[in-house]
Amino acid sequence: MPILEGEGVTKYFGGLAAVSNVDFHVDQGEIVGLIGPNGSGKTTLFNLISAALVPKPGVIKFKGENITGLQPHKICRMGVARTFQSVEVFANMSVLENVLLGSLFGTLTGMSSAEASREATKLLEFVELSMVKTTPAKDLTLANQKRLEVARALATKPELLLLDELMAGLNPTEVAQAMELVTRIRGEGITIFMIEHVMKAIMNVCDRIMVLHHGEKIAEGTPEEIATSRTVIEVYLGA
Amino acid sequence: MDIISFISKRFWVLGLLFVVLVALAALPLYASSYWVVRFTAILMYILLTASWATFSGPSGYMSLATAAFFGVGVYTSALLGKALPLQLVIVIGGLASFCLGLLVGALTLRLRGIYFAVFTFGLVLLIQRFLLWLEMTVMRTRGRILDPVADNTIYYIMLAIFVATLLTAWLIGRSKFGLALKSIGENEEAASHTGVNVTLVKIITFAISAVFMGAAGAIMAPKWVYIDPYIAFNVLLSFIPVLMAIFGGLGQLYGPIIGAALFAYLQQELQESEFSEYYLFIFGGILVVAIAFMPSGLVGLIQKLIQLIQKWRKGGTAEQNANT
Repeated sequence: MPILEGEGVTKYFGGLAAVSNVDFHVDQGEIVGLIGPNGSGKTTLFNLISAALVPKPGVIKFKGENITGLQPHKICRMGVARTFQSVEVFANMSVLENVLLGSLFGTLTGMSSAEASREATKLLEFVELSMVKTTPAKDLTLANQKRLEVARALATKPELLLLDELMAGLNPTEVAQAMELVTRIRGEGITIFMIEHVMKAIMNVCDRIMVLHHGEKIAEGTPEEIATSRTVIEVYLGA
Repeated sequence: MDIISFISKRFWVLGLLFVVLVALAALPLYASSYWVVRFTAILMYILLTASWATFSGPSGYMSLATAAFFGVGVYTSALLGKALPLQLVIVIGGLASFCLGLLVGALTLRLRGIYFAVFTFGLVLLIQRFLLWLEMTVMRTRGRILDPVADNTIYYIMLAIFVATLLTAWLIGRSKFGLALKSIGENEEAASHTGVNVTLVKIITFAISAVFMGAAGAIMAPKWVYIDPYIAFNVLLSFIPVLMAIFGGLGQLYGPIIGAALFAYLQQELQESEFSEYYLFIFGGILVVAIAFMPSGLVGLIQKLIQLIQKWRKGGTAEQNANT
C-alpha cells in the first residue's frame, strides 16, 4: 500500500520547470532512493512533499489523504519528517534542545515535557549523540550535525522520513555508519525516501530507485535495473 | 555543578530577588517622592525593554512597535480615565495593545528582517498621524487633559506591571513557547518542518509582549496630565528599549533588565547634570562605545571577566601546585 503518492507533480521557477509532471509513489516500509544529476529537481521534489513549496499543478497524497497546500508544520505532525541538504540545525541551541523541539511540537497528540525529554534522550542514544547532549549544535562535526537532524526528525514520530543527502560530505567510515543508521530506522518501521549521490550507499540500502533528469522521471526500478539501465548511464556519463 | 551548590545558588538568587522586591515595594516609605518618581520611570524602561526582549530577543524579529503599543495604552487612559476605575483602565489598555499586537502580528510577521522593523516603525507614525488628523479635523482640539493620580499610586501600579512583565518573560523563556521562539530565531524554516506553527507562535508572543507596553502607557498617562499624539506615540520609545536591551546583552533575561536599569539611571543623571543640554549627545557616545567594544552587551562583558578571573585563579593554583 502506498504511504506517499504524487500525481502529475509540477513546479515552475519562472519559465523553468524544476519538477515536471512527475508521478511517484512510496510504499509502506520501503526505502526508496531518489537520484539524478545536479539540478535535476530532487530537492525541489522533497520541498514539494514537505510543503516548503506548493506544486502547481499536481497532487500529493499521504496515506491516501490529499496533503497538497497544507502548511509545513501540519505535514510534519501528520507524520512526514525531513532533513535538509544544507544541514539546518538550530546552531545555538543544545543538542538536546534541538531534539526536544521535535518531540514537543512535531506530533499530532503532543506530549508532556517530561515525556518529551525522555523521548529526546532515547533518540539521542539511538543516533549515538548522548555524549554531547549539552553541546551547542554548531560545535558538532558535520557527520554529527547530520545525525542530530535525523534525531530531530525522528522526534516528530514520523511514518515517512525524507533524507536529503544524508551522506554528502562524509568520509567512508561515516558513510558506513550513516548507512547502518538508515537500516536501523527502517527497523523501527519507518518508511524512508532518500536523495543520495553516494552510489554505493544507495545501491546497498534501497529497495527501489527513482531517477530524475531535468525535472522529469526518466527511470525507476530495483538497484540492479537502475545500474544497468541505458538511459540512466547516458544521463550520468553524458554518452 | 553538583546538587548542593546548585540548590544554594538557586536559594541565593531567589533570596536576592525577594530582598529587591521588598526594597522596591517599601520605597515610598523611606524615599522622597523625588526618588519615587525617578524609580517609576526606571521601572517603566525596564519593563518596556524586558517585554520587547521577550519577543524580539529569541525570535530575531526586531520590533519597533513599542511606541505604538505604549501610545495605545496612553490613549486608552485618556479616553476612559474619567469614567472607569484606574485598575480597570490599565487592564483595558493592556488588552487594547494585545488586540493591536494580534492584528499587526497577523499582518506583518510574514515579513522578515528589515521589512518587519520598518513596518512596525511605520505603524507608530501611522497611528500618531491618524490621531493627530482626527483631533485636528474632527474633534478640533489637540491633546487631552487627564485627572492627576498620586505619585505613589502610579508607582505601585507600575511596580505591579513590572513584576507581571518579568514573571511572564521568565515563564515564556522556560516554556516550550520560549524554545519554539528560539528555534524560529535560529532557523525558521527548520522550525516549521519540525512541527512548530511558526506564524502562531510569533503572533501570540508578539501580542503578549504588547500587553505590558500598553499597560505601562495607561499608567504613565495620568502622570503627564496632558497628552497628545506626539507625547503618547513618542518614536524614541520604539528605539530606547532596543538600545537598552543591546546595551545589557540579549540572550538572557537579566541582560536587558540590567541594561535598562543602568541606562535609565544614566539617562536621568545626565538629564539633571550640568550637561543636560548635551545629554543625548553624551548618551549616543556611550552607546557607540558600548556597542563597538561590548558586542554581547554588559552581560557578555561580565561573563568574560568572570572567565578571566577563573582562569587566573586556576593558573594561580596550578603554579602553587607546581611549586610544592
